[in-house]
Amino acid sequence: MSRMVLTLKSPPAIVVDCSPLTPDRLAGKSATAIAAIELQSGNRRLTVGELFDIDGESGDTLVIRNACSKLDRIGANMNGGSLEVEGDVGAFLGAGLLSGRIRVSGKAGAFAATGMVAGTLHVCGNVGDFLGAAIAGDKQGMLGGLVIVDGDAGDRVGDHLRRGIILVGGNAGDYCASRMLAGTIAVRGRVGALPGYAMKRGTLLLSCTTDLPATFNDCGTHELLFLRLLARHLAGIDTAAAPFAPHGERVRRFVGDRANGGLGEILITA
Amino acid sequence: MIINGVAIDETFAEAFGMRATRLIITAANLRWAKHAANAATGFATSVIGCGAEAGIERELSSDETPDGRPGVSVLIFAVSAKELAKQVERRVGQCVLTSPTSAVFSGCDGEEKVALGKNLRYFADGFQISKLFGGRRYWRVPVMDGEFICEEAAGVVKAVGGGNFLVLAASQMQALLACEAAIDAMRKLPGVVMPFPGGVVRSGSKVGSKYKALSASTNDAFCPTLRGIGSSELSPDTGAVLEIVIDGITEADIRQAMRIGMQAVCAIGADGGIQRITAGNYGGKLGKYHFHLREILA
Repeated sequence: MSRMVLTLKSPPAIVVDCSPLTPDRLAGKSATAIAAIELQSGNRRLTVGELFDIDGESGDTLVIRNACSKLDRIGANMNGGSLEVEGDVGAFLGAGLLSGRIRVSGKAGAFAATGMVAGTLHVCGNVGDFLGAAIAGDKQGMLGGLVIVDGDAGDRVGDHLRRGIILVGGNAGDYCASRMLAGTIAVRGRVGALPGYAMKRGTLLLSCTTDLPATFNDCGTHELLFLRLLARHLAGIDTAAAPFAPHGERVRRFVGDRANGGLGEILITA
Repeated sequence: MIINGVAIDETFAEAFGMRATRLIITAANLRWAKHAANAATGFATSVIGCGAEAGIERELSSDETPDGRPGVSVLIFAVSAKELAKQVERRVGQCVLTSPTSAVFSGCDGEEKVALGKNLRYFADGFQISKLFGGRRYWRVPVMDGEFICEEAAGVVKAVGGGNFLVLAASQMQALLACEAAIDAMRKLPGVVMPFPGGVVRSGSKVGSKYKALSASTNDAFCPTLRGIGSSELSPDTGAVLEIVIDGITEADIRQAMRIGMQAVCAIGADGGIQRITAGNYGGKLGKYHFHLREILA
């Protein structure tokens, strides 16, 4: 198992597109070749060697140290391997992730996991708005995989979410699960205003009661077997966002958003 | 070969390639899982008239099932993947979906699949919900006691059907008791089912009939009441013959089940009225698999 470490020398003045820096794209390349890779930064191009100290041998695991919020598109379209980021990251973390595992020790910016297809994205800190959401012009947000956020998430978590699971260990902002098409979002803490706004399908699992839009209809409390399947699927995950619907727990089921004929569900375990 | 006074014929059972699937049926408790499984594997003794051969493979504890509830695994066999798909859909749709608290999951992998929730979801009339966990798709179908959970599809594997042996005894009850002992031992084995009632069949058949409409008819050579007519294979002191038919996932599964079953019969032995063990075949020309009794018991 080869491992390469890229250590950011100093925070760049403006954001840098780090999408070329994934284990699968760097695999087999020498340190010299990697140092010569150009990264887009505003209207300029910077080489990896200008921004990072390079250590180790490229292969399955890539570590980015000393990261900061100016590093955008980390792990974008990554296809396999493991990417470990020490520090904060910018926007579009794991956008279009195809497979593999990304872990960020700090916080992440907006549009993390947008267009993600499969794999696992784990952010230990907070994330910005539009987690797993569709970017402007796209009809669907995240398409699959597992996203774990130990901290808080911003507004519009899972906007247009199509498939996959998002676990938020802290709180989530306004319009959580808005326009959601399918998939599963679980928020362990509180959510902001109008969760499930214009929701079509899918599941939003909450652990505490909250004010729901008037267009969600109460379907009563139930013991839903699929929550056991979800809990078992997530059983190995050791995080604050781990499943909070233990076997046999009843949930209150609200269906909506009936304002647009939606059949999504908000399940409240409390 | 004679074991404990029981003569083992120099012959073989002839078996055929089939397609099979394993389903895991769970419920709130084992009682209701068995109700669903018994219904789904009912009327499945022979592909000739039932379209499928099926049975309960074993009971599963709650830590062996996908949803953490008690359950049973069932094996369903058919002559082709197409026929298997038809049978599985009908049986799950009519017998598992309808059974209180039930859920059904795939119990085996295979490149070929038979649909479970893929088609049954339409019963939900648009209220069905898909959940994709760990690469497996489950369908949630609202029903009157809550939700029916059903995996999208089940794997299909190549399997073997028609392993068999015949027990010849001095009396009907002695043959029956020996077969009961054999079935009790064989049901502890994985990968096999004995699809006839109680695992035992009394109406062994031969190919063809004097009546043109029938493709099979009674195995007159082994009918004790026809012993004196001429073509009988029975000795004058044989009072009854019973057969055990075995379907298995692999050839080795059937071989092991036949060994355990025949050993149980031989353990009763001549003192219990058991005279002979033989097997049914078609001269070896029709079936791909031959299970030689003496090799198995050697």
